[in-house]
Amino acid sequence: MTGNYKIHGVNGPVVTVSGKTALSMNEMVFVGEKRLLAEVIRVDEKKAIIQVYEETGGLRPGEPVEPTGAPMSIALGPGLLSGIFDGVANPLKVIAEKSGAFIPAGIQAESLGDKLWDVTLRVKKGDKVSPGQIFAECSETGAIVHKSMIPPDVSGVVESVKPDGSYTVNEVLCVVTDDRLNEHEIRLQHRWPIKKPRPVARRLSLTKPLVTGQRVVDTFFPIAKGGAAAIPGGFGTGKTMMQHQLAKWCDADIIIYIGCGERGNEMTNALAEFSELIDPKTGRPLMDRTVLIANTSNMPVAAREASIYTGITMAEYYRDMGYNVAMMADSTSRWAEAMREISGRLEEMPADEGFPAYLPSRLSEFYERAGCTENLNGTEGSVSVIGAVSPQGADFSEPVTQNTKRFTRCFWALDKSLAYARHYPAINWNDSYSEYVGDLSDWYSSEVGEDFMACRTELFSILAAETGLMEIVKLIGSDVLPDDQKLTIETARVIRVGFLQQNAFHKDDTYVEPLKQLKMMRVILYLHHKCRDIIARQIPISEILKKGLFDKLVQMKYDIPNTRLEKFDEYYRLIDASLSELS
Amino acid sequence: MIIEHLGLKQINGALVVLDGVKGAAYNEMAELRLDDGSSRTGRVVQIDGDRVVIQVFEGTKGISLVNTRTRMTGRPIMLSLSPEIVGRIFDGLGRPADGLGEVFPQVRRDINGLPINPVSRVYPRNYINTGISTIDCLMTLIRGQKLPIFSGSGMKHNELAVQIVKQASISDGDNFAVVFAAMGVKNDVADYFRRSFERSNVTGKVVMFMNRANDPIIERIMTPKVALTAAEYLAFDLDYNVLVILTDMTSYAEALREFSSSKGEIPGRKGYPGYLYSDFASIYERAGIIEGKKGSVTQIPILTMPNDDITNPVPDLTGYITEGQIVLDRTLDSTGVYPPVSVLPSLSRLMKDGIGAGYTREDHSMLANQLFSAYARVQDARSLAGVIGEDELSDSDKLLLKYGAAFEARFVTQGANENRSIERTLDLGWELLSMLPREMLDRVDDETIEKYYRKS
Repeated sequence: MTGNYKIHGVNGPVVTVSGKTALSMNEMVFVGEKRLLAEVIRVDEKKAIIQVYEETGGLRPGEPVEPTGAPMSIALGPGLLSGIFDGVANPLKVIAEKSGAFIPAGIQAESLGDKLWDVTLRVKKGDKVSPGQIFAECSETGAIVHKSMIPPDVSGVVESVKPDGSYTVNEVLCVVTDDRLNEHEIRLQHRWPIKKPRPVARRLSLTKPLVTGQRVVDTFFPIAKGGAAAIPGGFGTGKTMMQHQLAKWCDADIIIYIGCGERGNEMTNALAEFSELIDPKTGRPLMDRTVLIANTSNMPVAAREASIYTGITMAEYYRDMGYNVAMMADSTSRWAEAMREISGRLEEMPADEGFPAYLPSRLSEFYERAGCTENLNGTEGSVSVIGAVSPQGADFSEPVTQNTKRFTRCFWALDKSLAYARHYPAINWNDSYSEYVGDLSDWYSSEVGEDFMACRTELFSILAAETGLMEIVKLIGSDVLPDDQKLTIETARVIRVGFLQQNAFHKDDTYVEPLKQLKMMRVILYLHHKCRDIIARQIPISEILKKGLFDKLVQMKYDIPNTRLEKFDEYYRLIDASLSELS
Repeated sequence: MIIEHLGLKQINGALVVLDGVKGAAYNEMAELRLDDGSSRTGRVVQIDGDRVVIQVFEGTKGISLVNTRTRMTGRPIMLSLSPEIVGRIFDGLGRPADGLGEVFPQVRRDINGLPINPVSRVYPRNYINTGISTIDCLMTLIRGQKLPIFSGSGMKHNELAVQIVKQASISDGDNFAVVFAAMGVKNDVADYFRRSFERSNVTGKVVMFMNRANDPIIERIMTPKVALTAAEYLAFDLDYNVLVILTDMTSYAEALREFSSSKGEIPGRKGYPGYLYSDFASIYERAGIIEGKKGSVTQIPILTMPNDDITNPVPDLTGYITEGQIVLDRTLDSTGVYPPVSVLPSLSRLMKDGIGAGYTREDHSMLANQLFSAYARVQDARSLAGVIGEDELSDSDKLLLKYGAAFEARFVTQGANENRSIERTLDLGWELLSMLPREMLDRVDDETIEKYYRKS
């Protein structure tokens, strides 16, 4: 340690220290008498620039800057799940106990607390351990077993080990001696720098979908486990709602949900809802497999920049245990804006719309931390990243949307006009895409049904045909269309209203498994084909419409409970019976 | 010991630069005394060694490099608060402006406030009955919400705000208070609000912070912070349900832009500073309810969209922070519809959890959904009619046109003093939907239809 430095200047969240210092890039430091958490972001001969993760009001020149010698890092260990943290991993519940309803500057708390964990050790004295190896296990929340790992930068021989028992995260459980005879104390927790990806053995190809139970996602624009998706949309189009739905229902083992520069009430709502909802797989509250990171829009902007890295580091940590992790970031635009704000204070040369020139590289670094991997300890895990994007003025040509598009392979474009008509999820089927469809088609064919991809393609083509027809309808009305085209419009309506539109507040419709999705597609197409044949025999479509079959299919998402898929047979019988009267 | 710094180094817009200041704190308040005896208030906005930049709220007119003495107060800008502030009028910085003398402070609070810990928030669920059909039914205002009115110059946002205050106060009774912050509004608009409050007998419950159009511009940057500090005090110390009206946020943003450009910051979209989002958030996020406290802060910010453009940074960034928006529409306004609420782009995000059985009525959510979706189809039919003429429309489209006209005339339109109960509003919705055939109602389940839908 070289001792403390002194503050020279203050400008918003940016503090300068003058003179040549021994501070290193990305080093964590404490600033001022209140010991505000901060990070070094630029160093040169004349000064060092530090960004402060807390409110800087009241800082004076001459107050101390205390180096720590280590990069900005967070503690990883049991106690993260079911917790709610700020952008730099301070536990908000503990802070509320300490200081009440408002968060003052300069308050910090241990992320993991001093709870005792019932630990079962998995190594013995004399064992050779390698980086990432699981050395102990404990039940973290009842839903998830926490597998404590040797830190990725440690290996060697176990010198001593504690017996099974109750320990806090700070107690030394074993001592490992490496090749150079350095002793490493291994605890339930270890620290990891948030901006450094955790190492893996190798990356695997993506073959399984992240099943979300949302029809427009699973059927039309699926995301792979280990993939990255973007949800861009103007305000009020349902980004947050979508993220909440995915967090509640997707089949990942662990959810990391980051409220990055978003509303406080939303995080309160997420916390309450996730604590109440029971996860069907584990029978435990959803919160038991969830970590919430809440850096709301009025919390310090630099911590908002850090929150994304904090979240992905936690995600990687659970991935290393062999879990499938899904991370929701709402919203990455606020993260980008935090970068812009800090870049502006540093008087850097701006690129597009004032964003720093390194915006694309930061985005790509972040999204590349998603992936399906074989871990150092031989387990397989994945991190899927779903980032919301809030384009200014709902204009998708702005830099954050455009650059995100380059680094994610799944793009769920939310559409204002759909949202205005209360068509949720408001994912526009013409503008959205998923490049994972090809990788995942084998899974759908073998796990759901042979004809899944064929059905999907046909639904798509009906919608595409409708889009073309609507151009004509907008000019001359729908009455003049020939009957087969009217049929296309009717079927497309069923697909839009009965299939793509999904009611998050309906007990059955909120989650629909892929098999039911397929069965719904099959019925819709069955009716479509039948009607096509009848129309070919010159029977007018108005006769068919009188039967009310299309409206019946629109309602089937509500009428068929998820547990009674045999009810689909009734629809086939109904269609056959009604249409046979016509021919 | 009080040190006074003689003279200034530089004056630039509302900013002055001083050299040789030891130990100034970021964001602290400074007092500038001129030779003619007048004094001004400023705030430290940048420190570089012993050089500090101070933002002067009253502007720098008349200040020279030699006629000013500056004193650092050693504390941030504080607002004096006591229960007596209710019923008083203050200027944009929180100094009494009604000639009734200083407030004897019970507490003094830093106007910057602190972020509410999300863990300590209570998720807002209780709806506020505004008595306005469009708002109550389609974009329900919830206690603790922030719901802005997006308007344009010349539209009736002020009337709407007054009506909301008037009618919301009735359901709240004694615990109701209004904090009114005017930022750069015209004298007669400020006067209109004052008179309307008087006439509807809420004056005794209003705290007003006035920064009129001819008041110092930089002072405007402080006005919402001052007002919200008062609101938080009333809500969380004195248990009031506080409704905060902030008007006009566009003037506020322009003041911020002026300050930012004189500081030489890199501008973002339309010249607004890159941190406009964070700055707005530090205002809007001060709405809410805190666990263990009886009061609440509900915000209705009003902003005029320049050129009626909703993609302008001010409404755009506001919409990203607030929990919905009430959008006013010029076409409706010019056809005499009051309140001219444009139904489709308007939204209340907190509505879903604050309505339905136990709050309003069990059919509320489905009805609202159906009204939205039917009105969206009306717009499609209208645009089609605009191309091919009304006569060429299909029967169902003609019916939609009729429905749309009735919806605007009976549901959207209501008198400036008309206070509709929630039952009346919901029944009216069903009355209108009954104009449409059953098959067109695809957002409602059979049970609800059975109970409320009456084929005319």
